[in-house]
Amino acid sequence: MQALSFAAPPPPSEATETLRAEVRAFLATELSDRTPQERASSWGGRDPAFSRKMGRRGWIGMTWPKQYGGHGRSALERYVVLEEMLAAGAPVGFHWVADRQSGPNLIKYGTEEQRRTILPRIVAGECCFCIGMSEPDSGSDLAAARTRAQPVQGGWLVNGTKVWTSGAHKADYMILFCRTDAKSEDDRHAGASQFLVDMEYAKANGMKVRPIIDMRGDHHFNEVVIEDLLLPADAVLGKVGDGWKQVTGELAFERSGPERFLSAFTLLVETVRAIGPEGSERAAIALGRLTSHIMTLRRLSRSVAGMLQAGEDPALQAALVKDLGNVLEQETAEVVRLLVDLEPEDGADDPLIAVQAYLIMSAPSFSLRGGTREILRGIIARGLGLR
Amino acid sequence: MTDQLADSAERLFTAHCGKEILHAAEDGTWPLALWDAVEEAGFCAALLPEEAGGFGISVPEAFGLLRVAARHAAPIPLAETMLSGWLFARAGMAVPAGILTLAPVRRNERLTLTRAGADWRLSGTATRVPWGRKADAAAVLAAGPDGPMLVKLAQGAFTVTPGANLAAEPRDTITIDAEVAAADAVPWPFPAEALRLAGAAVRTAQIAGALARVLEMSVQYAQTRVQFGRPIGKFQAIQHNLAILAGQSAAALAASDMAADAFGELTPMIIAAAKARAGEAASIAAGLAHQAHGAIGFTQEYELHYATRRLWSWRDEFGTEAEWNALVGRAALAAGGDGLWPAITAAG
Repeated sequence: MQALSFAAPPPPSEATETLRAEVRAFLATELSDRTPQERASSWGGRDPAFSRKMGRRGWIGMTWPKQYGGHGRSALERYVVLEEMLAAGAPVGFHWVADRQSGPNLIKYGTEEQRRTILPRIVAGECCFCIGMSEPDSGSDLAAARTRAQPVQGGWLVNGTKVWTSGAHKADYMILFCRTDAKSEDDRHAGASQFLVDMEYAKANGMKVRPIIDMRGDHHFNEVVIEDLLLPADAVLGKVGDGWKQVTGELAFERSGPERFLSAFTLLVETVRAIGPEGSERAAIALGRLTSHIMTLRRLSRSVAGMLQAGEDPALQAALVKDLGNVLEQETAEVVRLLVDLEPEDGADDPLIAVQAYLIMSAPSFSLRGGTREILRGIIARGLGLR
Repeated sequence: MTDQLADSAERLFTAHCGKEILHAAEDGTWPLALWDAVEEAGFCAALLPEEAGGFGISVPEAFGLLRVAARHAAPIPLAETMLSGWLFARAGMAVPAGILTLAPVRRNERLTLTRAGADWRLSGTATRVPWGRKADAAAVLAAGPDGPMLVKLAQGAFTVTPGANLAAEPRDTITIDAEVAAADAVPWPFPAEALRLAGAAVRTAQIAGALARVLEMSVQYAQTRVQFGRPIGKFQAIQHNLAILAGQSAAALAASDMAADAFGELTPMIIAAAKARAGEAASIAAGLAHQAHGAIGFTQEYELHYATRRLWSWRDEFGTEAEWNALVGRAALAAGGDGLWPAITAAG
């Protein structure tokens, strides 16, 4: 077993701290009316107008090449913007997926035409992406996906169903993962491809998007039924047959960011506020423990960002950060309820009561989305040499 | 750590920390060859600035050394000698040669320095002093008439009642009633709690080292122990437990690095968070490591206990999670809801 190592993150510089101050000033103005209840939804909050403002400030596509409208800035600078946004509960949901993974996917695998048309729109905060991966019969087991794109005259004929597709009802594009060829006997990861799907076109030509309401009553998820949707030949993203490889490349980016341990931060903030400096020793210990966890997770997460910036592939480290982060996020409401005598109520006027309710009912999703806990632990085990 | 330093440390500790040596050390046999090698390599001076005898390595590198030593369960007061030397150097005193220790290490203990003409008298009792019986000198933080003072105390100036931690490392009670020459006591340039913060930082690095060892041993065991026709590491239950263990190891590493970065200023919030997180990681990891090893890991013959007993000891030394999380929590509560995130990012 090779010893675990996390490279020291580049230290804060004047540039990063100036940027941090700018972002804080921006948020202080833009979010001044945002209630704790709204902040609690973190990157689940979708606000196209806010995304456009972020775009104008140059805070989307920060690390992308300038020739596509990106800003060519460092991963650490991007990290500063992200963590400030998440800690403040900013509504970054509209551009989130596009900025985090769809854009990088296009940069890596897209055609010049795809990059030139789409990337600048993402950078401007004017473009929303969703991810068509999970299906009713294939969630963690992505390789079992059955949605099929059949080569026909003029392009590809797509049939199948995708599920849990966050934001499909609002998205401009979907990156669709589906079979383009029968699986080979030896390699169940073979024969899949990715497609760039124009949602407006698709919805008029064989795609139906139906809401799936979550247990809190929110509409994030959708079921996407695709029936004889004809995609043009140039809708292929990357290479036909390279779908699996392309998807797994995205995962380290997706798994290690501050969103993997800050989902419950608003609850911690409101609890600290409610308890105040006269709080008991017991409260200080419990809240201090959560804070200690966040501090060490932040260190790990920034380290991974630095490793990604250096061109490494820290898949093991990213999985570790997500696993640790999700445990902390799910623990927070459980700790808070034993410190403050309140009964949670969704939508209550009292911010702590409402935010506690929100977190309790959202918490199950933290260890399911973006890599289910059991799968992540299997990935970690593989990284340790056990599989 | 530079590869060169890491390699030379690895070779040294591998050569001198075999099972027989660890076992003999617990029976009271001083590992002379190991200590001589460590002294000769200059590791004792790793935290010292060059002008005080150091060799110009950074604090993170020195903490890396501490981790390597801890990973090998080196049964010597390397950490204490490094730390005490650093205390003397920070106070502007010459660093004594040989084995060094420090006192008091327990939170509510106090040693008192009173004037005796042009010199001083130091009195009091300190418990759980690491290697008190073996130290050539001790860095003693005492309450003087005008504030905290650092005192250089030689072996012989205190009586020793032997004790031990769970890993059979000496943790002695020392009783002091001694004359101290004027030159051997200087004003302590830090708040009084700084000594325990410095100790907490060092133990954090050691915990990270021992944790890396239990992870390595547990993975290796799971890869080689065969039951039901396959290595037990093929079972998902074992894989998941070891994945959790790996997470705790990662957290402890981050904590060690944070403590190293904060060591120069002894920033309380950072070191407190680091020691608390490391202590929690140690607790989880020790249990999982024993579980993965089954009965063999519970024997004296097998080497797992050298690491887990250190984890169980060091998590309780220089402050537990309760003490340090309380400090972080009070800082958080004082910062308030809107000040919490800035306090976290200011910490680095």
